[in-house]
Amino acid sequence: MTDRNASQPRRRAGLFDLRWIIAVLFAIYGAVLTVVGLGFTSDADVSKAAGLNINLWSGAGMLATAVVFGLWAQLRPLAVPEQPAKEALPETPPGLDTES
Amino acid sequence: MPVLAASDLRLAAGPLDYALLAIYFAIVLGIGYLARRSVSTSLDFFLSGRSLPAWVTGLAFIAANLGALELLGMAANGAQHGIPTMHYYWVGAIPAMVFLGLVMMPFYYGSKVRSVPEFLRRRFGMGAHLFNALSFAAAQMLIAGVNLYALALLLNLMLGWPIPLSIVIAALVVLAYTTLGGLSAAIYNEVLQFFVIVAALLPVTIVGLVKVGGWNGLVDKISAGPGGAGQLEAWPATGLTGIGDATLSVLGLVFGLGFVLSFGYWTTNFAEVQRAMSAKSMSAARRTPIIGAYPKALIPAIVVIPGMIAAVVVPQMTALKAGAGADGIEYNHALPLLIRELLPNGALGIAITGLLASFMAGVAANVSSFNTVFTYDLWQHYIVKGRPDAHYLRVGRWATVGGMVVAIGTAFIAAGFSNIMDYIQALFSIFNAPLFATFILGMFWKRMTPAAGWSGLVAGTVAALVMLVLTRSGVVDLPGQGASFVGAGLAFVTDIAVSVAVTLGTRPRPDRELVGLVYGLTPKADRKHSTEGADAGWYRSPVLLGVGVLVLTVALNIIFS
Repeated sequence: MTDRNASQPRRRAGLFDLRWIIAVLFAIYGAVLTVVGLGFTSDADVSKAAGLNINLWSGAGMLATAVVFGLWAQLRPLAVPEQPAKEALPETPPGLDTES
Repeated sequence: MPVLAASDLRLAAGPLDYALLAIYFAIVLGIGYLARRSVSTSLDFFLSGRSLPAWVTGLAFIAANLGALELLGMAANGAQHGIPTMHYYWVGAIPAMVFLGLVMMPFYYGSKVRSVPEFLRRRFGMGAHLFNALSFAAAQMLIAGVNLYALALLLNLMLGWPIPLSIVIAALVVLAYTTLGGLSAAIYNEVLQFFVIVAALLPVTIVGLVKVGGWNGLVDKISAGPGGAGQLEAWPATGLTGIGDATLSVLGLVFGLGFVLSFGYWTTNFAEVQRAMSAKSMSAARRTPIIGAYPKALIPAIVVIPGMIAAVVVPQMTALKAGAGADGIEYNHALPLLIRELLPNGALGIAITGLLASFMAGVAANVSSFNTVFTYDLWQHYIVKGRPDAHYLRVGRWATVGGMVVAIGTAFIAAGFSNIMDYIQALFSIFNAPLFATFILGMFWKRMTPAAGWSGLVAGTVAALVMLVLTRSGVVDLPGQGASFVGAGLAFVTDIAVSVAVTLGTRPRPDRELVGLVYGLTPKADRKHSTEGADAGWYRSPVLLGVGVLVLTVALNIIFS
């Protein structure tokens, strides 16, 4: 039981914002699939996928996902709390750590 | 698993698909690298410094479970049994996840333990702790091996890479990001994986549904098929349980799968609970499994339904279901075969990425919970005590490497088993069912003694093992997954019986040592969470969210019965 609270004061909010990473990944994927769907999907590909241009549709869906995550991260940026976890957690009562 | 003729399942992956896969791997490793910069103590490494928001831990909570077995196995069940497979989600997961969030999380998070075995140590002392830490570490290594093997098998089938090479490559990637960034990297990647998995499976589901003529078309085709209309109704699921009588089948589902197996799995499996423990507050910790429950209730739409579609669309699957399957084709291949059948290059690359991502999520969850238990519960407690924190951080990194090497070994053991799903269900009945019995009794019955803690665990584990041996050797004949449902039930009952008997014959611990660990002795104020700041707002109430997902699940059950 050494480090329980040792690291509390310099706690950072949370690494880096995961929402941006999701937005970037889906933006890349969405752009690639949209381009492929528009320019490089053959009739054979379309008929394979039951008549849907699935690359184009997936690409558009991914771009929309990227926009949603980008907006979320932009509008609600990570707050870095001055005070770490305000939750008043009970301290370990004496005697609990005894190895019986 | 039998080896397929190489061309049967080979996906026509082109340069574009490999490029999409490469982009994903680059980002995964990038997360590991970025996460490393914020790891400075062992708590950062093992519990992400308890700093993560609830939506992140909630999605990681289910992504950790969304591994190879889940995807391939549940799609396979969908192809074979149809709608009754949904029970694994609606009966077998949601109620347990809500219970974990509302009832058990206050004790886990509130007592500030760093692992599930550590909770046992505080409640029961050394015997139960040592037994559970060892059995958990062993179970995680066995399961990591299964996940790794399934991943390698898929790489081999789809892309043609040799199995040993596939195992090592997959292991190296997971190792790279978990050793660098610890649990944060694992969790962040799990969340990313969750979205990529959805992006991979949604297109194949949509295309499949269009192909069969919508939902009605699927219903017509399945009703006309060998399974009949029974495969479209959730209850009583006699085909799934292997129990002929409808009433007994429902009982087996609700008690065996719904109560013992799933409560055991979701509430005591540290690989899952660890995700909630890393949340930033009590409120966020309680919301973690409940937030996860919403997507969990809906995920079968893109896992089980593609399996059902595969059974009527993919020629090899229809042949198998009609009883004339080609050599080497199994239900486990339903999902890859459907992807191969329907998706053009591009969407195919995303699908492959999603499958690989899901398999890595499983392995990473196993390894990151193994290294925590190994370092905190075994190394720090029994081997090298009282060293500075940096020592344990270093041990944790090396435990990850060691765990991965062991997992590569157990992957080759798993390769020797013919049916992986039965193997894994049997493991759960051995490791999780007795643990759940001990937990539930220990949390609500303050008199339960330390001696009862370890003896109940041992007795329950032995009971499940005996049941496994009896079914394997053919003394007891239960087809389907019925054997592990019954085994889990037996383990649970044995554990309770032995715990009660031993408790009555031994001396309990004084009440003051059990504050915060036992329901009746923990002041209500200590179990409450704050409702200020980032925890404010009615939509952040764990109880409200929990009731909401239960209502949703009941509605889904009514719609599909």
